[in-house]
Formats: sequence, C-alpha cells, structure tokens
Amino acid sequence: MFLKDYITDVYRATKSLLTGMKLTGYYFTHHKEIITEQYPDNRTTLKLADRFKGEVWMPHDENNEHACTGCSSCEIACPNGTIKIISKFDVSPEGKRKKAIDQFVYRLDMCTMCGLCVEACPTDAIKMRNTFELSVFDRNNLIKRLNEPGSKIREGVE
Amino acid sequence: MFEEIGTTAEGDLLINVGPQHPATHGVLHLVLTLNGEIIKKVEPHLGYIHRSIEKMCESLSYRQFIYVTSRMDYLSAHINNHACALVVEKGLQVEVPLRAQYIRVIMDELTRIASHELWWSAMSMDLGAFTPYFLAFREREKINEIMEETCGARLTMNYMVPGGVMAEPHPDFQKKVKAFVADFKKTLHEYDELITGNIIFQNRMKGVGYLSPEDAISYGCTGPVARASGVKSDIRKIAPYDVYDKVEFDEIIETGGDCFTRYQVRIKEMSQSIRIIEQLIDNIPDGDFQAKTKAVLKLPKGEFYQRVETARGELGVYIVSEGAAQPYRIKFRSPGFSNLSALDHMVRGYKIGDFIAIMGTLDLVIPDIDR
Repeated sequence: MFLKDYITDVYRATKSLLTGMKLTGYYFTHHKEIITEQYPDNRTTLKLADRFKGEVWMPHDENNEHACTGCSSCEIACPNGTIKIISKFDVSPEGKRKKAIDQFVYRLDMCTMCGLCVEACPTDAIKMRNTFELSVFDRNNLIKRLNEPGSKIREGVE
Repeated sequence: MFEEIGTTAEGDLLINVGPQHPATHGVLHLVLTLNGEIIKKVEPHLGYIHRSIEKMCESLSYRQFIYVTSRMDYLSAHINNHACALVVEKGLQVEVPLRAQYIRVIMDELTRIASHELWWSAMSMDLGAFTPYFLAFREREKINEIMEETCGARLTMNYMVPGGVMAEPHPDFQKKVKAFVADFKKTLHEYDELITGNIIFQNRMKGVGYLSPEDAISYGCTGPVARASGVKSDIRKIAPYDVYDKVEFDEIIETGGDCFTRYQVRIKEMSQSIRIIEQLIDNIPDGDFQAKTKAVLKLPKGEFYQRVETARGELGVYIVSEGAAQPYRIKFRSPGFSNLSALDHMVRGYKIGDFIAIMGTLDLVIPDIDR
C-alpha cells in the first residue's frame, strides 16, 4: 500500500513538473513573445514616457526667455528644500523696479521627483523632463542652476 | 549581534536570519531558536530601515506628506497615497469628483495586481522555482508602463493629491488598461500550470503554518493572511471608500489557514481586481480630475482616521490636528507589522525549511513594518 502511494506521488509530481516545463519550453521556442529590453544597447531607440519624472527643468524659448516670475510657490511646495530662488530687482527703462529671478537653484541630490513644484507653479515655468541618466562623478554637479545665463522673463507673464 | 550566536542554556541552537538574507526581502532580522530542525521560537528584531516617517510628516504640510508614504509599502504606493488623500479630504470635507474616484480605484487595483505578482514571483523563487519570476515580471512591466505614462513614475508615483488626482490620465490610459486586462486574463492560467498545480510545491505548502481565525484576530492580522483563516477583513467591503460600494466583487474568504490557502487567496484576488477594473474602465465619467482646494490646507482641530485595504491588509492613517498647516501627530497602522507579529505563533513546531514558505506567504514588505 505504501509503495503504491509512493509511486503514485512520484508519477503525479513528475506529471505536474512536466506541465510547468511545457510552459517554459513554449516561451523558449517562441522568441517573439519575449519583451525584455537590452538596456544599454538600445539607448538610441529607447523612449521613456513623456510624463516620466526624471528631473526638473525650466523650458526656455528661442529668445532665451522663461516664464518664471520668482514667486517662490515651488520653493514652498517642495517637501525637501530642493529649490532655492535667489531673486533680484530689474530696473526697467522707465525706472520701475520689478522682481525677477537671479538664480533658480535646483538640488538634484535632494529631489525625490514628487512633482509637487510643477503642480504648484502658477505660470507653468518649470516642468519634469524624462531624462534619467543623471549620475555624475562629483556631487557638486548635482546642484544646478535652471535659468540659463542672460535669460529673462517672457513678456506678458505675470 | 554576536551574543545571539551559539546555543542557549537548554542546548537549543540560535540562528540569525537576516538582516541580509534573500528570504526576508529586506533588512529584517529574525533570531530562530532551533531544537534540531524544529523551530521553537522566532524573535523579530526591527529597526534596520526605520526612517521616522511619522515624525517627518509632522513637519510637512498636508500636500507634502503624501509622497513620503509611497516609501512605506512601496509595492502598494498608490494605495498608501490614497489613504492619506482620503483622510485629508475627510478633515477638509471636500467632495472628490467622481472622475477622480474612478481613476483612483482603477489605479489601486492595478497596484494590487502588480503587488501580488511580485509576491508570487518572489515567493516562488524562495521555494526554488525561478521561471515564475520572469513570467510575473512580464505582466508587472505592463502595469508599470501604464503607471509611468500616467503618473510619471514606476514605483513611487505620488499621483494622489487631496481632492483628486494630480493630472488627467494619459490619452492612451483606457486603451492600455483594456489591453492589459485582456492579456492578463489569457495568461492567468499559466500561474496555475507552473506553480499551483505542482505537487512538490503543494506538499511544501499544504498544512504548513496554520493560523486559526481566533489567532488571526488576536494578532491583528489583516488582508489575505486573515482572509485565508476565514476572517472577514476586506476594508473595501466593510467600510467602502470612493467607488468601491458601486462595484461588484467577491471578498475571497477561505478557511484553510495554511500557507497554500494564503497562496490561493492572493491568486484569486488578482482576478477579482481584474473584475473591478473591467467594471470601471469603460465608465469613467467626464468632469474634473481634481476638486478645487485652498492653496494652504488646514485641517480643523480634531482627530481623523481613515483605513484602506492595501495589497497586504489594512492600512490606517490617524491624524491629530491642532488646526495648523501641519499635522500635530500622525500614526500609520501598517498591515505588515501586525502580520509579522503572528509569525512566531505560526512557525512554532514546524521545520526550518517550512519557515521560508511561511515567511513567503506572509508577503512582508520591510519598510512597511519599520516605517
């Protein structure tokens, strides 16, 4: 009786094992259903989703103009103190003093890519970019200035 | 901890599992007391990944603290964020647009499927099967792509905000979810073929790690662990939030209480999640994706509590507010902590080989235990 149970067990185990192996064999012979990406080799064709939160950036148009008014909404919204806005006062030809950004400092080393700064921005001046290979050799390089040198605020953005 | 190596006064062997051990899937330290091969006691040592999230939240505003909770139970990040958003909405008495509620529930269920798939693959690998890892990750990748397109991240999404969701879903969202659902239904039988029906696997799981309903309740177990012992504990049924009261699905309750039952509960839950998504995906109503809220959120003075069903069990968020822009105190009731506390009771008298199976079916996420 014991021997019969034992043999039945071995038979059932082998059968169930082969059922599983059949599935493995199916995918072994059907290469088209493999979806693995060969990452560093496919850099040229790899496209991440547009919304992928890689890093914060400030889009500039062809006249080197941005939309940041320096209102500090993003600085307040950031949970980690990633953003620091250093503002200055521009003097217009009529002699009016207007607040503008001098430096938009973004610390990538402290950023968690939560996207709350983009959500808080009233003028859509900052966005998340889908770049992702962001490692550098010196961590000082992670402290970035987002507004380009010589850039100024776009006309009409308040 | 060198004092925990060696033998006890009774001649029992002490063995350290972790903090770096492949079967614990994280930095969990367990001290096993062994009499030969039989486990006499398990003592979990926590705190290796404690980041004081609760204390951190006290210095963050009600919009900001949500992103931290993605780092607790990172496999059900969406559901954690959902709980936090819900408790803030409860305090502010904001009516969330129906569209946002639908999107939230779809996202929650996708997260649940992704989490169960990762559990299935990791648990199978602990028990010696390597193919499941690739099979489940293939399906999980599709969910991750949906998340990436809509939320902008694959694991720590931070898509829920108080009052709704952060952005409109991607234009391809419905199409991709439907394609995933269709694919998933076709491939779900592969899970059973590969592992569930395997006799070797069944022999390792059946009758191992028994947890009675009384013990499940007294240890505070929730989620699939409690439901496998026959305890009704699905928050989606007990206290429905968002649109869970409008969808039809079954609460999977089994009475076996052993490892194999816990395994089956999770496998069946995946098809129930699919059922929920199918009911919602075609009927997402038009409207706003976010309710209008003030720039600075201030909860009125008082105490607020909201519980949700994550992939692992009941997550409770408790906020004490003094009327300021930051919470006075936050407490998270995490499912992993309570489920881990039952481990000692479950493994006593079983062999050390069964220990891995029991650990696997508890589906522990260590950052969720320590927070």
